[in-house]
Amino acid sequence: MTSDINTKPAAPLLDRADTRVRHDAGISGAIRGFLDRVRSGDLGSLPVVVGLAIIWTVFQSLNPVFLSSNNLVNLLFDSSTVGVIALGIVCILMVGEIDLSVGSVSGFASAMVGVLWVNAGWPVGVAILAALAVGAIFGLLYAALFNRLGMPSFVSTLAGLLAVLGLQLYVLGSSGSINLPYGSAVVNLGQTLVMPHAVAYALAAIAGIAVLVSGLRTAARRRAAGLTPQSMAGLVARALILTVVLEIVIFYLNGDRGVPWMFGLFVGLVVAMDYALTRTKWGRSMTAVGGNREAARRSGINVRFIYMSAFALCSTLAALGGVMSAARLASASQQAGTGDVNLNAIAAAVIGGTSLFGGRGNAYSALLGIIVIQSIASGLTLLDLSSSLRYMITGGVLAVAVIVDSLARRSRVSHGRA
Amino acid sequence: MTNTSPAMTPAGETVLSLRGICKQFGAVSALTDIDLDVHAGEVVALVGDNGAGKSTLVKVLAGVHQATSGTMTFGGKPVALTGPNDALALGIATVFQDLALCENLDVVANIFLGKELQPLALDEVTMEIRAWTLLNELSARIPSVREPIASLSGGQRQTVAIARSLLLEPKLIMLDEPTAALGVAQTAEVLNLIERVRDRGLGVIMISHNMEDVRAVADRIVVLRLGRNNGVFYPDTSNQELVSAITGAADNAVSRRSGRRQAERELTTEERA
Ligand SMILES: Nc1ncnc2c1ncn2[C@@H]1O[C@H](COP(=O)(O)OP(=O)(O)O)[C@@H](O)[C@H]1O
Ligand SMILES: [Mg+2]
Repeated sequence: MTSDINTKPAAPLLDRADTRVRHDAGISGAIRGFLDRVRSGDLGSLPVVVGLAIIWTVFQSLNPVFLSSNNLVNLLFDSSTVGVIALGIVCILMVGEIDLSVGSVSGFASAMVGVLWVNAGWPVGVAILAALAVGAIFGLLYAALFNRLGMPSFVSTLAGLLAVLGLQLYVLGSSGSINLPYGSAVVNLGQTLVMPHAVAYALAAIAGIAVLVSGLRTAARRRAAGLTPQSMAGLVARALILTVVLEIVIFYLNGDRGVPWMFGLFVGLVVAMDYALTRTKWGRSMTAVGGNREAARRSGINVRFIYMSAFALCSTLAALGGVMSAARLASASQQAGTGDVNLNAIAAAVIGGTSLFGGRGNAYSALLGIIVIQSIASGLTLLDLSSSLRYMITGGVLAVAVIVDSLARRSRVSHGRA
Repeated sequence: MTNTSPAMTPAGETVLSLRGICKQFGAVSALTDIDLDVHAGEVVALVGDNGAGKSTLVKVLAGVHQATSGTMTFGGKPVALTGPNDALALGIATVFQDLALCENLDVVANIFLGKELQPLALDEVTMEIRAWTLLNELSARIPSVREPIASLSGGQRQTVAIARSLLLEPKLIMLDEPTAALGVAQTAEVLNLIERVRDRGLGVIMISHNMEDVRAVADRIVVLRLGRNNGVFYPDTSNQELVSAITGAADNAVSRRSGRRQAERELTTEERA
C-alpha cells in the first residue's frame, strides 16, 4: 500500500467498482484464488505436477538410478526431440484440430537430412532447411484440404500418416538406414553438447529477472492507468521461487554433464511459442478460432489463415523434431518416427493440459507432458521392462489424461468457466 | 410523443440503401426483394414475427451471409460484402442475436477480438481501460473483465456484445434483439445508448419484439413478413395497425385479445356510471 492511508480513496479503481466480487490480495489471496480455480475445474498444470511427483517417487523407490543426475540429463536429451513435436501438437489442438501424421513427418524429415546431407553432399544447414520446408508443405496441404474441401483433419492426417511413411521408405531406398557422421556439429548437438555450467546458471537467473521486470513494468502501467496492479509480494515470490527452483535443478544436473543445448533449444521454442500464443494477435486469434470458430469469423479474423498457420507450424515443428531425433540417434532409418512417436507427442500435449476440444492450452504443456512421458519410458527401461508393457502404461496414462481433461471441462461448464 | 408524419423525412443523408435484396437457403427464400434505407442520425426498427427474416437481413448486412441478388449502397457507393471483414471495414457494426462471443476468452479479449492493439505485443492495459470505459458507458455490471465470458449471465454477455460493437466508431450499428436478455434498468440504458448513438449521427437498425421499446426510440418502423417488405410505419401508428402488418391479418390473436380487454374495460366503466 502507498502512504495515503489517511486520505479516503475518492473513487474506487476502474476495475473494483463491483462490490459483490471478492478480490484476492497478497499471497494468501493468490492461494485462495488458486484453490477456487482448481475446484471449478480450471486445473491448469496441477494434475501433471501431481502425476510427475507420483511417477518419480515410484520409479525412484524401484530403482535408485532413476533420479541420478546422469539419468536425468539423458532424459532431457530424449525429451527434446519428441517435445518439439508435441509443441506443434499444442498448436494444432489450440484450434481444435489434430495432426496424426507428425510421427511420419518427423521420420521423413530425418530421412531427407540423411539423403541430402550424407548421400547427396549438400551443406547440412541447407539439408535441414529443405526438410523443414517440406514439413511446412505437408501442413499447407492439410490446411488446403481442410479449408477448401472441408476434409476433417482427422482423416487427412491419417491418410498423411501412411503416405508420408511411404515417402520415407522410398527416399531411404534399399539401404534402409543412413548413418550421420560422428563428430559433426549436428550429431554433437544431439548427443553430447551441454551448456557451460556458468551459462546455465546465468540463463536461469535471466528467466527469473525477466519475470520480475516484466511483472513490475505491467504493475506500474496498471497503477498509472488506475487499474489494480498485481500483488507485489506475489510477483516477487513467483520470480524468486522460479529462480531458486531452476538454479537447484541446474546445480543437480551440473553434477553430471549439465544442461543439454538441445534441451535449451526446445525450451527456447516453448518460451517463444508461449509468447506468440498469449501476447500476440495471432495467438489470440488461434484461441478464438478454437473456442468459437463462427464468432471468430464474424469478428473479421481470417479463419482460414489461422488454420493454415496452425497446420503448417505443427508439421514444421514435427520435421524439426525429426531432424533433432536423427541427430540424437546419429542415423536416419526406416524406424524413425514410427512406433510410439505419434502417440507420445499427442499424449504429451494432452497430459500437459492442452485440451483436445480446442481453445484451451499453453505451450508449457508440451514441456511438462513430455517430461512425464519420457520419465515413464526411462523408468520402465531402467526396470528392464519390455516395450509391450511400456506401450500399455503410456496408453493408460494418456487415457487418464483425457479423462481428466473431459471431467475438468464438464466441471468448468457447470462453474461457468468453459 | 411528437407528431411524426410520413412527410417528415430524416435530416441526415442516406447511409445505407438496399434494393431488391434476396437471400435463398437452398429451397427456402429467407428474403425476397427487400428494400431498405437508413439515414444518418436515424433509428430504424426492424420488426416481424419469428422467422420473418430479420436476423438473415442483419447477417447479410454484416457480411456473414452473401445476398443471392440485389444491390447495396453504403455511403453513396455501391458495395459488395464478401465477408465480415468488408462490413467491419466499411463501419458496419453488429450485435448478433446469438451474440457470437468466444466463451473461452475473457471480456477484454472478446471486445477487442480481431482489433487488438499492438498485434505483436498486445497492449493489455490500454485494452482493459477502454473495455471498462465502454462497459461503464453502458452502466454494465460486470464483476471482472478478466474472467472468461462463460462465467457471465445472459444479460452481461449481451452488454459485452453491445460494447464490442461500439469499439470501432461505426457509421451504422445493427442490434438484433439487444434487450432480449436485459433487465429493466439495463434495457433503459441500452435505449438511452441507442438515442445517444443516433444523436452522434450514426445510423441504427434495431430489431425488437417489444413494441414499447420500438416506439420509444425508432424514427421509422420497417415491417418484414415472410421475408418481404410489409410496410413502413412511424411511432404514432396504432398498435393494432402494426400488429396486423406483422401478422398479416386484421383479425388476429393480438387484436382479438386487445379488443376483448377494451370491451371489458368499457363494461366496468358503464357499471360504475
Ligand atoms: N443458415 C440458414 N440456413 C437455412 N435456413 C436459414 C438459415 N438462417 C435462417 N434460415 C431461415 O430463414 C428464415 C428467416 O430466419 P431469421 O432471419 O432467423 O428470422 P427472424 O426474423 O426470426 O430473425 C427462417 O425460415 C429460417 O429457417
Ligand atoms: Mg432473429
